Amino acid sequence: MSTVKIPEQINEGRRDFIKVSAAVGGGLLIGFHFPTLTRFGSAEAADAELKPNAWIRIGTDDSVTLTCASSEMGQGVYTAIPMLLAEELECDWSRIKVEMAPADKAYTNPLIGQQLTGGSTAVRAFWTPLRTAGASARELLISAAAQTWKVKPADCRADNGMVLHKGSERRMRYGELVATAAKLPVPQAVFLKDSNEFKLIGKPTPRLDTPLKVNGSAKFGLDVQLPGLLTAVVARCPVPGGKLKSFDAAPAKAVKGVREVLAIHSGVAVVADSFWAAKQGRDALVIQWDEGANAKLDSAAIRAGLERALKKKGVVARTEGDVGKALKGAAKKIEAVYEVPYLAHACMEPMNCTARVTAEGCELWVGTQGQTGAQFVAGKITGLPPEKIKVNTLFLGGGFGRRAEQDFVAEAVELAMRTKQPVRVVWTREDDMRHDQYRPATLNRLTAALDKQGNISGWQHAIAGPSIMTRVFPNAVKNGLDNTSVEGAANLAYAIPNMQVSWVMENGVVPVGFWRSVGSSQNAFITECFLDEVAVAAGKDPFDLRRALLAMHPRPLGVLELAAQKAGWGTPLPPGRARGIAVAESFGSYCAQVAEVSLERGRVRVHRVVCAIDCGTVVNPDTVVAQMESGIVYGLTAALKGEITIKNGRVEQGNFNDYPLLRIDEMPEIDVHIVRSIEAPGGVGEPGTPPIAPAVVNAVYVLTGKPVRKLPIRL
Amino acid sequence: MISLTINGEARQLDVDPATPLLWVLRDTLGLTGTKYGCGVALCGSCTVHVDGQAVRACITPLSTVAGKAVTTIEGLSKDSSHPLQRAWVALDVPQCGYCQSGQIMQAAALLAKNASPTDADIDEAMAGVLCRCGTYSRVRKAIKQAAVAKNGDAK
Repeated sequence: MSTVKIPEQINEGRRDFIKVSAAVGGGLLIGFHFPTLTRFGSAEAADAELKPNAWIRIGTDDSVTLTCASSEMGQGVYTAIPMLLAEELECDWSRIKVEMAPADKAYTNPLIGQQLTGGSTAVRAFWTPLRTAGASARELLISAAAQTWKVKPADCRADNGMVLHKGSERRMRYGELVATAAKLPVPQAVFLKDSNEFKLIGKPTPRLDTPLKVNGSAKFGLDVQLPGLLTAVVARCPVPGGKLKSFDAAPAKAVKGVREVLAIHSGVAVVADSFWAAKQGRDALVIQWDEGANAKLDSAAIRAGLERALKKKGVVARTEGDVGKALKGAAKKIEAVYEVPYLAHACMEPMNCTARVTAEGCELWVGTQGQTGAQFVAGKITGLPPEKIKVNTLFLGGGFGRRAEQDFVAEAVELAMRTKQPVRVVWTREDDMRHDQYRPATLNRLTAALDKQGNISGWQHAIAGPSIMTRVFPNAVKNGLDNTSVEGAANLAYAIPNMQVSWVMENGVVPVGFWRSVGSSQNAFITECFLDEVAVAAGKDPFDLRRALLAMHPRPLGVLELAAQKAGWGTPLPPGRARGIAVAESFGSYCAQVAEVSLERGRVRVHRVVCAIDCGTVVNPDTVVAQMESGIVYGLTAALKGEITIKNGRVEQGNFNDYPLLRIDEMPEIDVHIVRSIEAPGGVGEPGTPPIAPAVVNAVYVLTGKPVRKLPIRL
Repeated sequence: MISLTINGEARQLDVDPATPLLWVLRDTLGLTGTKYGCGVALCGSCTVHVDGQAVRACITPLSTVAGKAVTTIEGLSKDSSHPLQRAWVALDVPQCGYCQSGQIMQAAALLAKNASPTDADIDEAMAGVLCRCGTYSRVRKAIKQAAVAKNGDAK
């Protein structure tokens, strides 16, 4: 057991870390504030008045309601976050209820500085704070029982929703203790369990949202129903930077059920009684756009811009030794240019948001990753203060970074204000595909030096690409460097004496955003595939080479060896099959994958993927397995199929015919192995994605003898 | 006025007969378990049964289901007791969950005509239902588990 002294470790001097109050009907409400340590430079102290309903609510009827402040988009936080609270609270897990948190500073993600679900941070950010919160509540309940029985708290223990006295048969249920507990002073220090004492954490725990997701009762943003709800479908300029010139609303208004046609900040909105009427009305609109300067933009011009940028001197993200000298003195030099395209997120649930604006305030119903952002955007449009803007977070039909954006929220709020009615904005699939904030397209030049012994003496990686942070969190761009652009490239753990990674910012007009695993999504492909080219040039086995280069780094080495061993690296395969291996660190976790691949009628077929993941302490093992499967499918889809292209200023793709997703008949067998660890938890939602593209491409390289330097793979 | 049966209940609907069944279910009847994903029968999220056959509700005009029996995820069982729903829970298949109504309805139509589907049968029946979260391995496993359970009940 380890003691957490609240003032030092959590509170950093704050006196109001924990707040206890009596609930209506005599229950107990426990709220907490957590200090923030943000990577985004946007930290705002969570110093608003602490709402009494922050995290734990225990009723006199023994009901335990736990708040989940992270958005559930498939990654399992709706179960994992309550597990953190319940582990120390010692409540009856089978009886807990989970509520999604409203937008409130009390729910700020300590690693991000906003209420935002992203960066695979949910468990990492709340790991210590929520266990401390649960333990504090438990100690209060123990103190309440001790006071009632006139015994020492040390002689009492909590178990399964009850406090028991060790010296006698006395026991009281939490519901019987809450009235007394609510009047007690808050504990100054609490004990947290050691990992070997965990009852819930680390045990495969059925997801609490599954029963809702097999009978249609789970409510997603699109499923919101309100009296008088109108639906809007918006026509947006197909060319970025274009403007509305004129429009004829008459054909849209002629559609039965269409109420209004309004020019809004993002285009022309058709507001109707139903989606179908709004969609037909939108299709009937006659609009003239001023397409502006980008009307002739195409993918070739964007690539030419990246080529020019790549010739410039970039910002150095990492430098070690003297890479220039190493390249000059090389016995052998390997050079290659790698590139990746823009990618759409393609969440299964297209973007949508429902808003109602009245004199009293604004209320949103939305599947969002960013509650703080939604509140901020709604505040800017309505002029209302944050406390007047209520955000109801529903289940997200996929997020992957797309739902950290607020474009769809802004449309709903503007329309609700203008129509004075609750409005649901629905994006069609084509809207969603063509008005995304895409994964950046980048161009990369890599150069490696081999010395006379065939060891890698130098590694130079120059990247040109657009910056996500410049738009999203400009304060996070320091000295001209957007770290998200170089993650997966600048943090290589390989022991290479002379190394330089640089980046040139080339911001085009195509908007870019966070896409599952962000920079690592492309940089793992680029670095791990180039490393295999270097291995071939050096006459070394790709696994042996990585092993030697990672000798000093037990965690990436551990997953590499585990994946290789479980995949039978080096053992014979049926004719026509090959293996490829890759390893990547991202979001505090280490993941290695071996892909077993063949070519069937000129197409890449992935038969099996062996995945080893070290994400530190595991909260819910089955969720880790599911997230590896999920991350692999997301990355494999990109490697085999994903590409957004631009022609005449427009995104060419619109639906799943031209932006295809992996299907069940293309699904490889996936075999996940979790490293046992007592390290602090790492991320889980994203780290499965980076290694899959390079693992597959490296196998294709073995089969064809030709490196693949551009995604998606085209043979 | 169009008459049809929805989840066992006779309904009379005064809706434009060209309206896709999906939006009648969602916007007129409030049955939101059936999902909109693509609007053009490319993703399968809107899969329902019409007289026992799996159809894409997003491209099915209301007029074409007049007099027929429509079953949605809400009507598959009263209490999530369909063998597929049980298997789905046992294996924790869903992640974001958005496509899962479509997956389950498509799988239910498969099991209704093929009590013991092979991998190839599953591929053929399920390839039109997309899942962005990548739950396919578990979908396959759950269909097989449900088939075994269903066949066990039948014996």
